Amino acid sequence: MASDVEKDAVYASGEAQDGRDDRHFVAQAGSVIHVPSALVNPSVRKTAERITRQVIFYATLLGIWALLAKLKVWPPYLFPAPWSVGEVLWDGLKDHSFLIGIAATMKRMLIGYGLSVVLGMILGLALASNKFLEETMGGLMVSLQSLPSICWVPLAILWFGLTERAILFVVLMGSLLSVTIAMEDGRKQLPKIFSMAGRNLGASGFRLFWHVLLPASLPYIVSGLKQGWAFAWRSLIQAEMIFLTLGLGQLLMAGRDLNDMSQVIAVMILIIALGYLVDRLVFRTAERLLQSRWGLASSI
Amino acid sequence: MSVNSNLASSVPYLPTEPRNGSRTPVRGRANGQAAIVPIRNFDSGAAKVCLQNVSLRYRTETGTELLALDRIDLKVRQGEFLCIVGPSGCGKSTLLHLIAALQKPTSGNILIDDASVTGPGTDRILIFQEHGLFPWLTVGENVEFGMKMKRLSKAEREERTRHYLRLVHLSQFKDSRPHQLSGGMRQRVALARALATEPDVLLMDEPFAALDAQTRDLLHDELERIWAETGRTIIFVTHNVREAVRLGDRVVLLSFRPGRVKREFEVELPRPRHLEEVDVARTAREILDNLRDEINKSLEVEYAEEKHG
Repeated sequence: MASDVEKDAVYASGEAQDGRDDRHFVAQAGSVIHVPSALVNPSVRKTAERITRQVIFYATLLGIWALLAKLKVWPPYLFPAPWSVGEVLWDGLKDHSFLIGIAATMKRMLIGYGLSVVLGMILGLALASNKFLEETMGGLMVSLQSLPSICWVPLAILWFGLTERAILFVVLMGSLLSVTIAMEDGRKQLPKIFSMAGRNLGASGFRLFWHVLLPASLPYIVSGLKQGWAFAWRSLIQAEMIFLTLGLGQLLMAGRDLNDMSQVIAVMILIIALGYLVDRLVFRTAERLLQSRWGLASSI
Repeated sequence: MSVNSNLASSVPYLPTEPRNGSRTPVRGRANGQAAIVPIRNFDSGAAKVCLQNVSLRYRTETGTELLALDRIDLKVRQGEFLCIVGPSGCGKSTLLHLIAALQKPTSGNILIDDASVTGPGTDRILIFQEHGLFPWLTVGENVEFGMKMKRLSKAEREERTRHYLRLVHLSQFKDSRPHQLSGGMRQRVALARALATEPDVLLMDEPFAALDAQTRDLLHDELERIWAETGRTIIFVTHNVREAVRLGDRVVLLSFRPGRVKREFEVELPRPRHLEEVDVARTAREILDNLRDEINKSLEVEYAEEKHG
């Protein structure tokens, strides 16, 4: 990092630096002539290059897959061609069976994950602020997290039967602990200086929490929520595969039962794509926003 | 307290305006020798900030009890620029936290204008070494924060934000985020944020320690100017003796574990002063000689802790 004097000098002379913030900054200082062309921007060019490389990589992967299928190295019922997987995907989306499965899965996800976020935040804050709870329940939380969430399935079935509530219970147990632990860690790692500065400037009670502690812990909260989502997603698909009620997990198992390898792969692709999309659209966006505002380096 | 009690006397309180033409670095200096100015007894009525017999004791992680501050008596005059120096670990930052009421003393009293301090208040604003700004707020919003907590009207907040950002020469950066600024600019924002609540007392906890030398020099000038313009009382903590002499009307030397007021020095060099002035250097040298024992003590403890660890 440049020293203060250097940085000041750079700002003063209006020299553009890498990255959006700095250009924005210099533009604010009003001492630079703005060049509005995206082509000049090195970061845009870099992104374009990265996307090109990714397209080439996936096209090659698809090509190898198509080639292996065409050469019939393995029988088609074990190793389907990309186009037959594509066909299954298209049909499933067209006759709405995949869409209905996605909707059912997503509905469970929102309920189960929503519950675990609310409970996890409350638990995490309680653990972080109470020494007794931290010493007793804190250890229990960490040890429970070592239990794969699918291990909750037998218990859930005995308690709730083969019902929706049993699935939600598994999802809840799968993600609750990670949200709780992330919240607790975040609250504890929160630099003391923010609360001191806030109190010093006259904030106390709810106003201190709302105006200082909450925004200060947002980066930790977001990373906790992201982790919780990943755990919930895994737990839900696993649970659906066992409970065999409408959903992506059930569609996957149906593919196996019908000996339809194309459907198995098609549903797997759907599960990956959905998980990736949510991660990108929701959590990465939130993290990016926080990073650019907070000025945090790389990932949190 | 041993040093203090030896020196304690009834030397009357004298105002500290630099005597015209006088270049004596330390009051009473004669034959090129610095006279140590004893702690003066002036009644608390004249004091803006008054610490009476303040002690702080706490339990360390290993379970041993540590006396961090031992019976501190300190009086700070209205409009005075007081510097507190001491080796690391002597509790100088803690002292500021006590005055800001972010921590409670184990015993003793802290008075502001003769009224006991009961909790944090915007009459005493603390400026931290670094990272004291809120990264989720813009520069302007940071400056507004204290006023918002005081529930001032929006119009007044905006007016004052403009005024104090201009005072620290950062008007153009109102909408920037703290991380977009250099370290020196960030400390100026912190200064503006503190001043905007119009506190009686500014508490500064090594505010320039993390900055490079040139930036620090500039900020010394700015702080001196702002102090002269606003007439605030400033308590400035530093481990840098020369910085203390450069800025302070008076320099208080704290001893190492437990922190006690070891000595006080009146600095009567004419202002504006500069770090590289011979008189500043010589005065710092005299104070440093007194500080040396304490620094050695703190190093010994550090080495011992290293061995145990």
